[in-house]
Amino acid sequence: MKNPITGLNKIFESRIRLGVMSTLMVNEEISFNDLKRVLDVTDGNLATHLVNLEENGYIKVHKGFVGRKTNTTYTITKAGEKAFREHIDALEAMIRAMK
Amino acid sequence: MPSPQQHLDTLQDIRKIMERSSRFLSLSGLSGVAAGILALAGAGLARWILADYHAANPDPGLFTTQAIYQLKLRLLLLALGVLGTALAAAFYFTRRRALRTGRPLWDASSRNLLTSLLIPLVSGGLYLLAMLQYGEWRLVAPGCLIFYGLALVNASRYTLTDVRYLGLLEILLGLVNTQLPEYGLYFWAAGFGILHVTYGIIMWFKYERSEPAQPAR
Repeated sequence: MKNPITGLNKIFESRIRLGVMSTLMVNEEISFNDLKRVLDVTDGNLATHLVNLEENGYIKVHKGFVGRKTNTTYTITKAGEKAFREHIDALEAMIRAMK
Repeated sequence: MPSPQQHLDTLQDIRKIMERSSRFLSLSGLSGVAAGILALAGAGLARWILADYHAANPDPGLFTTQAIYQLKLRLLLLALGVLGTALAAAFYFTRRRALRTGRPLWDASSRNLLTSLLIPLVSGGLYLLAMLQYGEWRLVAPGCLIFYGLALVNASRYTLTDVRYLGLLEILLGLVNTQLPEYGLYFWAAGFGILHVTYGIIMWFKYERSEPAQPAR
């Protein structure tokens, strides 16, 4: 997953996946609809990226109900937090090096 | 190989998303100005009601329960009226700003803001009503300021950080007021009126004046 030279995480090359992780770093839990509004993306697009992040063990999906409507929420995992921090550190290091 | 500029853009994106998703930033400065003006009008009206009462009952040792009861009722109704109109005005300007900038009005951040604001505010309000119930009226004005200040400090985590300073000032004003309880109405007018108007104007100049309008998606 990690690029051996730059330390950047390939998974976070997508702006949407990076956006999902950024949101989950500062929100304990967030629903699909709130996430969609924050990132300004379509349902299908967001769903694909969420599945990808879940498969990599970076986020956890919780399916629940509000009344009769399904309410899916997402939380970040320990592994996801670690991967995100490493990605940011790598970005920072690269900017410093290239300046 | 991506350029440093691209990395910088990515970092800025992340920061923006983190802030936008966890803080409700559509709170309008004009909400503060409107609430402040209404509070000042309310305080003026309260002063008039009190003067009216004192004119009708010049001897403080001689009063009827009927007159005192009526005075309390009028002041309470006035306070509730000010609270209601101030909330409505605050909601109106904040909604207007959210619509103009195309940001959602009701999402996780505004829900968090509202709950963190309402928990200290409602418990404080009920506590003050209980104080009135037992005839303990002197610490009501400082109590309003202190509980409101605590609510703002608590809620500032979910909105502009500047709200924290407004909250701290309200608490300070309330604590000073506990030592000068006979000037409650003036402290109340300063805290809810003048502080709100000043804060609102500063916020408007700081964040909203040059804000581009964006149609809702």
